[in-house]
Amino acid sequence: MLAFTEHRGQVLRLPWENIDTDQIIPARYLHRPRDAGYGEQLFHDLRFTPDGSLRVGFPLNDPTKAESSILVAGRNFGCGSSREHAVWALLDYGFRVVIAPDFGDIFFNNSLKNGLLAIRMDEQSIESLMQVGGDSTILTVDLSRQSITNRDGVSLEFDIDSYRKEALLKGESEVQMTFRLLDEIKEFEGRHITENPWIETP
Amino acid sequence: MGRTLFDKIWESHVITERDDGTALLFIDRHLVHDATAQAFDQLKAEGKKVRRPDLTFGMADHYIATHHDPERDPVHDDMVTTLAENARDQHIMSFGAGDERQGIVHVAGPELGLTLPGTLLVCGDSHTSTHGALGALAFGIGTSEVAHVLATQTLWQKRPRSMHIRIDGELGPYVTAKDLILTIISTIGANGGAGHVIEYSGKVIDELSIESRLTLCNMSIEAGARAGMIAPDETTFAYLKGKPFAPQGENFERAVSVWRNLTSDADAQHDAEITIEARAIAPTVTWGNSPETALPVTDHVPTLEEIEVNKREQYSATIEYMGLEPGEKLTSLVVDRVFIGSCTNSRLEDLREAAKIAKLGKAKVPTVVVPGSQQVRRQAEQEGLHEIFLQAGFEWREPGCSMCVAMNGDSVPDGARCASTSNRNFAGRQGPGSRTHLMSPAMAAAAAITGHLTDVRELEGIKC
Repeated sequence: MLAFTEHRGQVLRLPWENIDTDQIIPARYLHRPRDAGYGEQLFHDLRFTPDGSLRVGFPLNDPTKAESSILVAGRNFGCGSSREHAVWALLDYGFRVVIAPDFGDIFFNNSLKNGLLAIRMDEQSIESLMQVGGDSTILTVDLSRQSITNRDGVSLEFDIDSYRKEALLKGESEVQMTFRLLDEIKEFEGRHITENPWIETP
Repeated sequence: MGRTLFDKIWESHVITERDDGTALLFIDRHLVHDATAQAFDQLKAEGKKVRRPDLTFGMADHYIATHHDPERDPVHDDMVTTLAENARDQHIMSFGAGDERQGIVHVAGPELGLTLPGTLLVCGDSHTSTHGALGALAFGIGTSEVAHVLATQTLWQKRPRSMHIRIDGELGPYVTAKDLILTIISTIGANGGAGHVIEYSGKVIDELSIESRLTLCNMSIEAGARAGMIAPDETTFAYLKGKPFAPQGENFERAVSVWRNLTSDADAQHDAEITIEARAIAPTVTWGNSPETALPVTDHVPTLEEIEVNKREQYSATIEYMGLEPGEKLTSLVVDRVFIGSCTNSRLEDLREAAKIAKLGKAKVPTVVVPGSQQVRRQAEQEGLHEIFLQAGFEWREPGCSMCVAMNGDSVPDGARCASTSNRNFAGRQGPGSRTHLMSPAMAAAAAITGHLTDVRELEGIKC
């Protein structure tokens, strides 16, 4: 997993509610292998018209926003399909942080397992960070201090589970971490299946 | 204090817990499908093998062909083949193209008895919430989590909160589980269940068939919930008895005696309580690009004034995308396509309901019926339902996810309006530019024979 320690970048605001993962990455691109990259397909049908030209008015098509790496979104961002490709598309385009009042639960989990820092923050707090410089706000996100700071020095704390934080800071594979608990897993498994034998045998 | 159904299943699967409340859970059943190829790639990159191939089952559904299409993209067949290859290499039992047990993973899983009460079941698909209808704790996970379960048969999760939705009264004529769940979503919102597992109960639930319960739990994710679940009862046990992967003989009786304890205790506390009155529900359709935009079919497309001020910009974009006139009656919306299928509504009961309506006329627009599994297809054909559909000019196809997720080449054309029994009306969900209205199978069949959204209760020849 990509480690996350500190990130400074430009904000892109996408204040709509219920941006689903079908919007973030349409289903017809999901067969591509991971290493083919998904950045070009990010928000594909919102960014491009059917003939491939840029849709005027979509925030990411503003040339001054093309280098954005911190997405500030509306309520229920990443709802819908479990496709992790939505996270890959954001990362491959260059985003490292997504801030929203709340997220689709599966998208939230997927983000943190890939080094895309998803931060839940209420709308009022988001607005207080956005006051400076409007849409071109630059933010600094520091994971170890759990803080977001804007150019005026306004700084807010955010919550993150300690386990997820540790995993992100180290960028360590969760599978390898879990394998250290293999003895404990096997002991539980033996007992659990003895009590519920139908799990194993019809 | 008493424990909820969710508490009981969650707690019986916790291997260890961290200080921040994140638990390592044992996974009893892991279902994989043909859109999880990248997880097997991750597993290989980690240098691991599938730890419990005997608890892992494969199903080809997302990319599988539902009819002979000469223009089919070969990459779709490659995805189906890749699942078969990964399953073979990892010694997983998999139901692929041509297997008589194949179907949509959330239709075929329960009907094979792979879904059992009290178990923890996961799958790399958000509609895994479906399986909670049988009293399992079941939720969708992402690719990295699929790889983690393949490698360890465990999963790290933060404990969700619990929400109880009690449904009182009774459902009226032609008001189905689909209308009920659409109404619940519009009541609590598309994120109303976020961070929660929903337990459904009440008289209406007690009387629902397993197929209807599967429809209800299926769309819990559309309210943002991790999972939906219903305590197992006699209906559940009768459904499971004799299923090939359910316990057999004495083992079944022993299992049932344990499963009978899977109810929320009388003094159990849920984190949220909601009550829905079933008598107030009419056949329901959606107008916008979120399932929360559900309204009685007797209603109209909302006008700008009816929308909260901070949502008006998005509302205007939705009206434009969907090609709607503010204030127009929902029943005046002319459809170009009808799709009857998906993990929400492609079971035998759904097809019987649609066939009842199909008998009353002929399709005015291209209408596709995609059964949820090979077993559903065979049963429907034994009952002659396919003949009814064919006589009405509906297409009768092979099982798969098809036009719900539009990943296998089945899609709704740009700008076309589709009456659909699926679960998502997101922009572009059924194909770029597609305009989806969600509804029940009977309502979709009614739209097919009239050519516009229709209150099925008002069709000539219908007894209500």
